[in-house]
Amino acid sequence: MSQQVTELADLDRGKSVAGRLGALERPQTAWERFTRSFNNSIVTIIVVVIALMWSIPTFGLFVASFLPPQVIASTGWWTNLIPPWHFTIQNYQTVIQGQGFGQDFLNALIIAIPGTLLPMAIGAFAAYAFAWMKFPFRNFLFLLVVAMLVIPNQIALEPILAIFTSIGFTGQYWSLWVVHTAFGLPFAVFLLRNFFAALPRDLIESAHIDGASTWRVFWNLILPLSVPALASLAIFQFMWVWNDLLNALIFIGGGPKQPVTLAVANLVGSYGQGYQLLTAAAFISMALPLVVFFALQRYFIRGILAGSVKG
Amino acid sequence: MATITQKGVSVAAPPRRRRSLEGISWSAWFWIAPALLLIALFFIYPMIITIISSFENIDSLGNVLGFAGLKWYGKIFTDPNNLIVLRNNLLWLVFGTILTVGLGLVVALLVDRVRFERVIKSTLFIPMAISATSAAVIWRFVYIYEPAGEKQIGLLNAFLGLFHIPPQAWFINSAVNNFALIAIYVWGWTGFSMVILSAALKGIPDEIIEAAKMDGANRFTLFWRVMIPMIAPTITVVTITMVINILKIFDVVYVNTGGNYNTSVIAQEFYTQLFTNQNPGFGSAWAVVLTVLILPVLIINVRRIRAEG
Repeated sequence: MSQQVTELADLDRGKSVAGRLGALERPQTAWERFTRSFNNSIVTIIVVVIALMWSIPTFGLFVASFLPPQVIASTGWWTNLIPPWHFTIQNYQTVIQGQGFGQDFLNALIIAIPGTLLPMAIGAFAAYAFAWMKFPFRNFLFLLVVAMLVIPNQIALEPILAIFTSIGFTGQYWSLWVVHTAFGLPFAVFLLRNFFAALPRDLIESAHIDGASTWRVFWNLILPLSVPALASLAIFQFMWVWNDLLNALIFIGGGPKQPVTLAVANLVGSYGQGYQLLTAAAFISMALPLVVFFALQRYFIRGILAGSVKG
Repeated sequence: MATITQKGVSVAAPPRRRRSLEGISWSAWFWIAPALLLIALFFIYPMIITIISSFENIDSLGNVLGFAGLKWYGKIFTDPNNLIVLRNNLLWLVFGTILTVGLGLVVALLVDRVRFERVIKSTLFIPMAISATSAAVIWRFVYIYEPAGEKQIGLLNAFLGLFHIPPQAWFINSAVNNFALIAIYVWGWTGFSMVILSAALKGIPDEIIEAAKMDGANRFTLFWRVMIPMIAPTITVVTITMVINILKIFDVVYVNTGGNYNTSVIAQEFYTQLFTNQNPGFGSAWAVVLTVLILPVLIINVRRIRAEG
């Protein structure tokens, strides 16, 4: 699996699909060269238009977040690109200082960090057993866990909420830690088992012959060799937890422990005073996942290519 | 392992190796216990309870008032409003899947003829890191509607204004609002399918392309008869992922319209019945319907993983 993934990454840099398609026409007349360059510029135009369509909405929000509230409410953001400029950081100041978004941001971190590390740990344990140990019902249990990848969380939410309510878990950080750990497990087990199983057999066998315990093999051999898989899992799970709305809505609901996504979602519906502040709030909530994404884009793409099927 | 014939050697070293990789390892249960426990507690048990609840009348406090039979299911499949919900899920499924996979494939094919491939790819891929909530704020500035004659501050209506087309209330007008929501999803997920399909296209071995060229294949044949069949398994994987995602769609609808103006979907109805209307029986029935719809995908997926070994 790992080799496959790095191969794909290498290919990503090297070959050109269309280049290979185009390489068919060997002898080129001037006319052919003209039509091909024409084709190429059409392709470039199409691709650039798509890219613009994809980035203009985000750019618009970015511009709007630096405009005074009354300007956002009365003019199109694009009209403010031409001087005289009214740009200000007032929205960001208000959001961070006044609206409690600082706390919401912190809440999101308090939820997301254990919500990422716990399923990784528990998933790695299970993946190790599924990949390198023999025990009855191994294949059945693995398929059972993987089957849960597609099961909608909705079918589980009401009974879980009933249990959590009866033991006073709702509204607490740990309700989301537990829920995200459970819901993240199928993907974690699936991704890691495939990666672990692809590690060289000789290496693990010889470690066992040298007298290493199962734990030592796991801790000193499997985990260090699996850093790429662990990294892509970490990014996925982090983004999933950070961007989650449904579970936060159900198990936290609102109040002092709500994460930033929920705070923004609660504001989106209201066109009241705070509405213009949403621009800055949305950008603040996007900031961390975007940084993580840009810093670790390679791992993120690898994780996707490793055959992810998760909703 | 030849342990029986060579008595002297066999006693010392090999058993350990045999225990950990060949023989049955009972300690494996300790390694998988936490995972299995969580799966049982957070998937299997709640699933059973939800299925039972979907046949019951339950009050807002969670007390079971009695057996409801197929009442909730009957409501889902006969009530005109609920049929609209099912229709919306179908619209999502068809247009959401075709657009994300189709556009992803088109961009994957075109993008490497362009010099700044990486930048374009990143542009399409960035929305994956943006939550549906933030996306809702972003798209609000595209879709905002002001009555005709007023100054349009939404990008789309201002654009239509250039061609003297009257402004549309994108989230309220039932003819377009579902598509306006689907567009937000497509914006978010096309990058995902593009990245996977692009890698698959580039993974086709050179020899195959060469061989096809030798046989005199033109560009069109090469694409439809060689490249598409070669990446068919990847297209399947991407499509399955999209189908699962889209059937479960909730956040895009919840944040933007709350399911109002005929834009509701199954997962939104589940939430509305469970929380807004405090009707756990009905909510559970929606969850069961959603799960049953996903079941065929689950079977395909399990078969695929089994075949991969």
